Amino acid sequence: MEKIIEGQVWTLGRDVDTDQIISGKYLTVIDPAELKKHVFEIALPEFASAARPGDILVAGENFGSGSSREHAPQAMRAAGVGAILADSFARIFFRNAINLGLLAIEARGVREIFGAGQTARIDLTAGRVTNLTTGRWLDFPPIPSHLLSLLEAGGLVEKVRRELEARRALPLQSGASR
Amino acid sequence: MTSARGNGQTLAEKVLARASGSERVVPGQIIEGAVDLAMMHEQGAQTVAPYHQMGAERVWDPDRVVIAIDHWVPASTEGAAVLHRILRKFAAEANLPHFYDVGQHGICHQILAENGWVVPGDLAVGTDSHTNMLGAMGAFATGIGPTEMAAVLALGRLWLKVPTTVGIRVKGSFGPGVTAKDLVLRIVGEVKTTGAAYRAVEFSGPTIERLSMPQRFTLCNMTTEMGAKAGMVAPDSTTFDYLASIAKHAMHPLQPDRDAAHERTIEIDVDGMVPMVACPYSPDNVRPLPEVAREHVRIDQAFLGSCTNARIEDLREGAALMKGQKVAKGVRLIVSPASTKIYEQCLGEGIIEIFTHAGAVFTNSSCSACFGGNMGILAPDETCASSSNRNFPGRMGAKEARIYLMSPAAVVASAIRGEIADPREFA
Repeated sequence: MEKIIEGQVWTLGRDVDTDQIISGKYLTVIDPAELKKHVFEIALPEFASAARPGDILVAGENFGSGSSREHAPQAMRAAGVGAILADSFARIFFRNAINLGLLAIEARGVREIFGAGQTARIDLTAGRVTNLTTGRWLDFPPIPSHLLSLLEAGGLVEKVRRELEARRALPLQSGASR
Repeated sequence: MTSARGNGQTLAEKVLARASGSERVVPGQIIEGAVDLAMMHEQGAQTVAPYHQMGAERVWDPDRVVIAIDHWVPASTEGAAVLHRILRKFAAEANLPHFYDVGQHGICHQILAENGWVVPGDLAVGTDSHTNMLGAMGAFATGIGPTEMAAVLALGRLWLKVPTTVGIRVKGSFGPGVTAKDLVLRIVGEVKTTGAAYRAVEFSGPTIERLSMPQRFTLCNMTTEMGAKAGMVAPDSTTFDYLASIAKHAMHPLQPDRDAAHERTIEIDVDGMVPMVACPYSPDNVRPLPEVAREHVRIDQAFLGSCTNARIEDLREGAALMKGQKVAKGVRLIVSPASTKIYEQCLGEGIIEIFTHAGAVFTNSSCSACFGGNMGILAPDETCASSSNRNFPGRMGAKEARIYLMSPAAVVASAIRGEIADPREFA
């Protein structure tokens, strides 16, 4: 996983719920390429056509509230979102994002220091996000180790795959049952 | 608001301690919790690919997995048909016997409740954010995404951060026409959509003790709209009576300690409380219903349904108001029971007849109009009175459409009058 991420910023307000990220009518769509076309249709209609891979989203409080739909982070990942920063996240969205390997960082006060079109630089090691356009910066708490290990594995699928593989290897070596 | 800081444990802490096989857990701690029940609806179709990519060879315990399709039943689009097909195929391959398919279907949370799939002390997860509803059983029940569900199916466990607990203590008695829905709307209005974020909400007090299980389901259901990870009620004789003949596995009826450490406690007195309504475009935009009624808010659609309020008690309440009345000209009233079992009860009790005579559409059981993806979709300039749980922009269709959340009785009162109405005027 890259420790330094840079990208152009799109801004969103507070309480952007999952309906505003990908609305209920697309819940039968499972093809990420199709989902990508409708991402942020309600909250930020110009995003789907104008966003470039590596762009960074900066949102206010309670980003991703509402439903458990994984279509939301999936559509964002398909659109090539480099990271999503928010003053706070709703819990299921946050888990879903990390599980898919989509970098979601809670940084209180981040919305205030960014405007649309500015450039953000995220330093994961230092725990700092900098607005390269204005020079303003903000420190965020380190990403907890259990989440970092998930992100470093590239998401939950790979982490569990490794765990199951290790588990299968064990009885062969020791003969012991678990 | 007061703050209690004892050494005792909250109900959420006790259930999570049990799930992690430890004596006690503390807020902030990361635990690995053994799952007692895993539920999937259509979103579970997205669990299948990651499950295979993980290299999983078998589901940890097929007897603890329930599949209940509910969003598009029967399939209304080709896309939905594909999701159902993926789930049926997976259930057959992975030997998952507990599949509530078309004909036995119902809203997933209601299926879990009425069949006793979640019991006191359980850690339950589901691929739907309103899984919180099952916390009314004295369980820790929470929503997860489909990739996470794949890991649960493979391993039988998941990581959880032990939440702090917000205590909500309720006293007083509901007046006529005031229900658990009005109470929970009032609470969401006070706590706001982030007020209980990542926390467990524990309801207690004399009023809660007198509530039926259906009313407790309504309360816990909308803790999701406070951002909560779980909404819980300690199990008591009401819980045990409800589960007596239906519990699918052994109960562990844990009780919170008297000196449990709550992050904060909210005290509520419902004496004299009036019906409440959540106005567009957020469930926390709550006002007293009589005040909104005075503004003569015209409606185009009324929806009596959803996991929040479509149990037999809700439909009886609605039918009692509807009997002998007509749905106002220009209004579409959609009534959708929460399960096939409830549909049958309605059939037996003449409820379907009452609504149909009145000019309502009484539908098959499903999530129906609640989520804007199947039926009862709203046009941009339309307004809906709904017994469901969310009114965010675009929830039921067009992003400009306006949704007002209220009790089942208020939905029917509004359908009769053609504008948002106080159900107490129809008693």
